[in-house]
Parts: sequence; C-alpha cells; structure tokens
Amino acid sequence: MTQLLLNIDPSLVDWSRAQFALTAMFHWIFVPITLGILFIIAIMETIYVKTGDPEWKRTTKFWMKLFGINFAVGVATGLILEFEFGTNWSNYSWFVGDIFGAPLAIEGIMAFFMESTFIAVMFFGWNKVSKKFHLASTWLTALGANISALWILVANAWMQYPAGMEFNAETARNEMVNFWDVLFSPVAINKFLHTVTSGYVLAALFVIGVSSYFLLRKREVLMAKRSIIISSVFGFLAILSVIFTGHGSAVEVAKHQPMKLAAMEGLYKGGEGVELIGFGILNPEKTADNDVDPFVFKFGFKGMLSYLISFDSKSYVPGINDLLKGDENHNVISVEQRMEKGDIAMNALIAYKEAKASENAEEAAVQLAIFKENFSHFGYSYVDKPVDVVPNVPMVFYSFHIMVILGTLFVLMFIIFGWMTMKNKIDKFKFSKLLYYLGILGIPLAFIASEAGWIVAEVGRQPWVIQDLMTTTAGVTNISSSSVQLTFWIFAFIFTGLLITEVSIMIRFIKAGPAKPENDGGTEL
Amino acid sequence: MNVFKRVFRFYYEGFRDMPRWGRQMWLIILVKGFVVFILVKFIFFPNHLKKNFDTDQQRSEYVIDQLIKTSQNDTTTVKH
Repeated sequence: MTQLLLNIDPSLVDWSRAQFALTAMFHWIFVPITLGILFIIAIMETIYVKTGDPEWKRTTKFWMKLFGINFAVGVATGLILEFEFGTNWSNYSWFVGDIFGAPLAIEGIMAFFMESTFIAVMFFGWNKVSKKFHLASTWLTALGANISALWILVANAWMQYPAGMEFNAETARNEMVNFWDVLFSPVAINKFLHTVTSGYVLAALFVIGVSSYFLLRKREVLMAKRSIIISSVFGFLAILSVIFTGHGSAVEVAKHQPMKLAAMEGLYKGGEGVELIGFGILNPEKTADNDVDPFVFKFGFKGMLSYLISFDSKSYVPGINDLLKGDENHNVISVEQRMEKGDIAMNALIAYKEAKASENAEEAAVQLAIFKENFSHFGYSYVDKPVDVVPNVPMVFYSFHIMVILGTLFVLMFIIFGWMTMKNKIDKFKFSKLLYYLGILGIPLAFIASEAGWIVAEVGRQPWVIQDLMTTTAGVTNISSSSVQLTFWIFAFIFTGLLITEVSIMIRFIKAGPAKPENDGGTEL
Repeated sequence: MNVFKRVFRFYYEGFRDMPRWGRQMWLIILVKGFVVFILVKFIFFPNHLKKNFDTDQQRSEYVIDQLIKTSQNDTTTVKH
C-alpha cells in the first residue's frame, strides 16, 4: 500500500505543528515544577532528619502535597507527544529510527521503576519506613525525575545537532553508530543542563511566590520564611547554571544553527565585532530581501555577541542575509548551493533505489556513495527558495529577549528575597507588601520565561524538524488536515480543563495551608 | 513476614489510609489515563505506519516514497 504524497495540504503542516506545540507547551507547565520542587523538598526533609524539628517535617509535607497535585494533573501529558509522533509525524518517526527509540525506551523504564516506586514511599512511607529510608526515597525520586528528563532532552538535542548516527538508505532510518556521541554531544549536555536547571529556577520561584502569599496574609510565617531561604539559595545556584549553560547553548547554536542565532538577535547583516542586542523593537517592514533597517529602536553592547560566542570581540558572526547568500571570505556556503547539494543527494537516493530494484549492484554502490557524500545537505532538497530557511524572526527575537530579561529579574529576586529573609528584614521592610506581590507575580513570569525558551529552541530551528536533514513538511504524515484540526481543539479543551483543575486545586490547598501540627499524621497520595 | 507480603501491605495500607485529597488525585489520574490511553490513543492517534503496513520493509519503502515525492512536490512551500 503506497500512497503518493503529491498534493499535501500546506495547512496540514501548520495544524500538526500547532497541535504538537500546544501539547508540548502544556506538558511543560507541569514538568519544571516537578524537576525542581523535588530537590527543594529533599533539602527540606534533609534538614528535618538532621534537626528533628517537626516544623521542617510539616513544611516538607506541605510542599510535597503541592508536588503531588502537580504530578497527578501533569502525569501522562507527555505521552500524547509520543502518540502524535506516530500519527502526525510518521515519516519523521521512521526516519529518526533508534535515535529516538532507545532514549525514550530507557526513559519509560527508568521513569516507571524509579519514580513510581520511590514516590509511593514518599507519600505512603511516613511513619512506616525509617526516616533515612524515606529521605533516600525523596532524593531518589528527584534524581529519577531528572534522569528521565535527560533522555527526551538528548533526543531533542539530536534533532538540533544530529550526531552519532548514520542514515541507512535501504531502510530510510537513522541508525545509532555511537551512543556516547549522541548522549555526550555538546548540544545535548548544554540542553539538558540548561533545561533542567531552568526548571529548578521555576520551582524556586513557585515556592517563593506561594510563601509570599503566606507572608502577605501573615500566616505560616516561619514556614514561609524558611521556604524562601531554601528556594532563594537553590534558585540562585540554579540560575547561575542556567546562565552558564545558556551561554554554552548559544556557542553551540552559533556552530550548528547559525540561522537560529541570527534570528535570536534580529541580525540580518553580519560582520566582525557584532553587537549583542539588549532590547529592541523590530521593524515589521523588514524582510530578508529588502534594505529596510531591521530595528525601529534598539540598544546593544558593541562587539558583545562576537565575544560571547568565541571570546573574541572582533570575531565574525554571519547574519540572515550572509547565510542565505553565502560569504566566501568566511566559508559560509549559500542556501542555493546547499539546495543543489540536497538535490544531488535526493537524485542519488532515487537512482540508488532504481539500481537496487534492477539489481544493478555496481550502480547502486556508486549512487549510495554520492548520496552519503551529500547527505549533510539532504534536507535542502525540500526547500523551494532560500528564504524558506529563515525562521519567524520576530517570534524568536522577542521570545529570546523576554527570556533573558526575565532571567535577569529572577537573579535579582533570588538575591533580594534570600538576603532579606536571612537577615529577617523581609516583613520589616517598608515596601514588603510590594515585594510579596512581586514574589507572587514571579510564578507566571517564570512560566513565561520557560515557555519562551522553548519557543526560541523550536521556532528558531524552523523549517527543520531535524537540522539540515528533514523539514517539517517532509516529516509530516499525509493525513486529513481536518482530523488534525479536530484533535487540536479536543486537546485545547482537555488541556484547558486540566489547567483550570490544577490551578483551582492548587489555590484551594495553598489557601488551606499546611496541616496543623496535631493532625500531621499523613499526606499520603 | 516475607518481603512481598510487606510490600503488598505497604501499598495496601497506603491506599486504604489515603486522605480525601489523595483519592481526588487518583480519580484525576484514572480519568486522565482513560482519556489518554483509550480515547486519544486508540480513537484519534493510531500509529500510522503500524496500522497501514505489515512489515518493516513495507514501511521503509513507503517512507522513502514519501521523502522522494515530497521533495518533488512544488506545492510544499515551507511554512513558518
């Protein structure tokens, strides 16, 4: 049964992408809280075990309850992404082969055995297992959740920088030739650390926000202050890692996805000593093929972008137009040249297939060699015109800058909240109410920054579903666009319902506060 | 008591003594599990290649055909 894909509906690609984005962004509401709050809970429980202070146990249990709600509402939302791979992105799913299969299988097994086992001990085990065993279970749940995240992030990093694999033209699948190259590619390392530690930042801001609510209401003051101290220190250390790995990610983007970097900075014309844009307003008239000034307004730091990606403030950074048209002086190959090489690879694949069918082994070997030689440009055979490889610049630019600006605010918040609470000045401060409101506001801002980061990563690499090898158009399944639209709206409805459920249950339990000390028998899930 | 009995009792007592909020969470998990695994997976999201082809060879041939046809299709303008 071979269906030909002669007239694919362009809206199918858009709806399939929209559906995947909706699911992924919704999934990412729950994941970062889980990744980070588990460590905060583990630190609190460690202090309880060390000191024996029952107030620390009460504090630990309160945050554990909020984690439980988040876990219950969020669990299995990620599975829908895997279903979408099989239905909406079947060409892509087949093409990636065991690059995705192996990490996701490991993730599934680890998540099931580690998280489910130790979460049960966390919730059912109070007063049933020893304090130390319970504490070990809490730490192992935190580690398990983070290790689970490793595998899916490694798979995502591979899509940005396909390493450690070889494409088999016979099976149309990528085969892993070096597991360690996939796992330890610089893109994967930076992506994993940047993503999980950004989750820690979000969780720390969540704890600060909820604690600020209690301080605003003058309730549970001791618990709130202790929670702010733990989460401020944890969040501050995490955001240092976010900055460090964010820089590492940018260096890798400059090497492997220079178009994404150019879009992040609204950089159309590159050069030497390129400035870093602090913030700017993009000119809506600007396109890659006109000479309009890209910015209506901007302020930047001269030479800083060059410096950040190569530690040399005079180094060359290509812009969108340099990447489109090529720059021989700096060994930048034009998109048109890559399209030609992509066509050579595609024609060789067709000729290889025909040679195999006619059992002409010699010709097949020749065509396979040509195909392999040009495979790194294979995805360009799907590109109609060079400008198609430019992502949505405003979306990427603004998302990136919103993320960076909010990240800077979070650094200040961790310092101010941590320092003022440690010095016991937070409720004596003249503008303490304002600070508490800022703490509460920090929760939605953290989500905005976190989602913006994913928009940069995923919209910034368009049109590629696998960098340089496969476009989203080639990866999509030829199914009815209306069926994807239908499931998009079903998901939008279900996800909105779940979000309302999560937020309303959270608010109810936050308002109720932690259990009274005398009723502190169990918070079992 | 052997280890299996102890594990069983641990879970049994855990579920039995679960407070109301824990039961509510389990209800959410079960309803969502039903929606995700039964409605979403089997009604709306069958695996396209597994459903339509019997062997990996057929799937490979189909995907290669798709990759070739898509590259030859002038109407597939890349969208952002």
